[in-house]
Amino acid sequence: MSTPFYVSPQQAMADRAEYARKGIARGRSLVVLQYADGIVFVGENPSRALHKFSEIYDRIGFAAAGKYNEYENLRIGGVRYADLRGYTYDRDDVTARGLANVYAQTLGTIFSSAGEKPYEVELVVAEVGAEPEGDQIYRLPHDGSIVDEHGSVAVGGNAEQISSFLDQRHRDGMSLAEALKLAVQALSRDTNGTEREIPAERLEVAVLDRTRPQQRKFKRIVGRQLVRLLGADDAAVAKTDDPSDEAAEE
Amino acid sequence: MEANTRSTGRLPAAFLTPGSSSFIDFLADHSPELLPGNRRLPEGIVEAPHGTTIVAATFPGGVVLAGDRRATMGNMIAQRDIEKVFPADEYSAVGIAGTAGLAVEMVKLFQLELEHFEKVEGATLSLEGKANRLSTMIRSNLGMAMQGLAVVPLFAGWDEGKEKGRIFSYDVTGGRSEEHGYAATGSGSIFARGSMKKLYRGDLTEQQATTLVVQALYDAADDDSATGGPDLARRIFPIVTVITDEGFRRLTEEESSELARSITERRLEQPDGPRAALL
Repeated sequence: MSTPFYVSPQQAMADRAEYARKGIARGRSLVVLQYADGIVFVGENPSRALHKFSEIYDRIGFAAAGKYNEYENLRIGGVRYADLRGYTYDRDDVTARGLANVYAQTLGTIFSSAGEKPYEVELVVAEVGAEPEGDQIYRLPHDGSIVDEHGSVAVGGNAEQISSFLDQRHRDGMSLAEALKLAVQALSRDTNGTEREIPAERLEVAVLDRTRPQQRKFKRIVGRQLVRLLGADDAAVAKTDDPSDEAAEE
Repeated sequence: MEANTRSTGRLPAAFLTPGSSSFIDFLADHSPELLPGNRRLPEGIVEAPHGTTIVAATFPGGVVLAGDRRATMGNMIAQRDIEKVFPADEYSAVGIAGTAGLAVEMVKLFQLELEHFEKVEGATLSLEGKANRLSTMIRSNLGMAMQGLAVVPLFAGWDEGKEKGRIFSYDVTGGRSEEHGYAATGSGSIFARGSMKKLYRGDLTEQQATTLVVQALYDAADDDSATGGPDLARRIFPIVTVITDEGFRRLTEEESSELARSITERRLEQPDGPRAALL
């Protein structure tokens, strides 16, 4: 194979972007939604130990699609950044906006430096406020751009389709059970429009719950609580259009 | 540190380098000047406010950790409402006696160390692991301890593996020992320990255990001028915390004031407190 002497910057960037996008598209998509009491993260993940969602700081959560080792590296960098900042100044001085900026700079520098391969990741950084108006959700694509999102956001290979599905159906003030069911519905739709079923044990769900008495608002939803929220029987989940199971919410 | 992040806006290489799950190790590599143990020590003895008495007792189902509210500097009361008992994480707490400023800083770093590990690894340290980590931190403070800036904590928590409450005490060199039943540290600890020795039983309920530790603090304040008793006039009451399999809980001000009031009331009739049987 021969190496061309000159590649235009446009072409080089386009190639790198395509490379990153393809990498991200290999994994499953995930969604992040606002609901009445906070922000919920939902994704399909057969692993119990390797998480797509995690806690960064008191009110800040992290979600990532793409290459595990790369986003894990960024996640730990973010935890270090947040803990160091909170230790140097104060816990209130750690914000999602600050963290998203640092991630954007990091991803941007990696994306445009010729010596490094671009990261095949797409991140979401979310912070739950004391009131729903204070919630912040930032989406960070592989190239280091930063998008301020509201209501719902999807990242990963099938993100565009899922996003438009969610945009039509998501509304403010949904209960956790409603938001969760909507998210699962969105994730269950394949590119060709057919629906498949995602059993509860293949779902990874976490919330930033502003009503938690603890300072740390991040919580994983697993096991019985998850099944309860999805409605008693899994088979019904994919079909449920009108989730009215208020009592299921804890 | 922060400045590095700001210069390029990008996370510095150290942040993205795979390494240990310890925040202290990260600080030691990245900004060693932020670690208390790495500071240059001035000559001579430094005088600073000291926290005094911390007591702890186990009961079937958990452990209680409590502290008085006084900080002293020499013969002066430096602060009347200092807080010396802190949650370390969801299932453990630490109470501190010794130089207040350093102790509070050490607790902050210790809390962060446990939280950082939990976030990075996705799992919590064992109670033994937490106790050992605290030991290392005290050891790194030995230089300052030699100049009179000692920190001597008491660590208590719920051991999920062993399913019981446990107490660990420390000396200035970081020497760690597990205490069975009850323990105390700080200037009033001799009196508190004597008090608990007479009152402690293995089958206390949670409520009896909280009463026991407040009685012990009362006795410590009775004989040690550096320990503060309940201040009914200013409504300053001891901090009492309980750790069970449900996690850490601090008694509300209402609960601890009620406890302190009823004990003070009884002491009006019996100044030396409850009597133990002679034989």
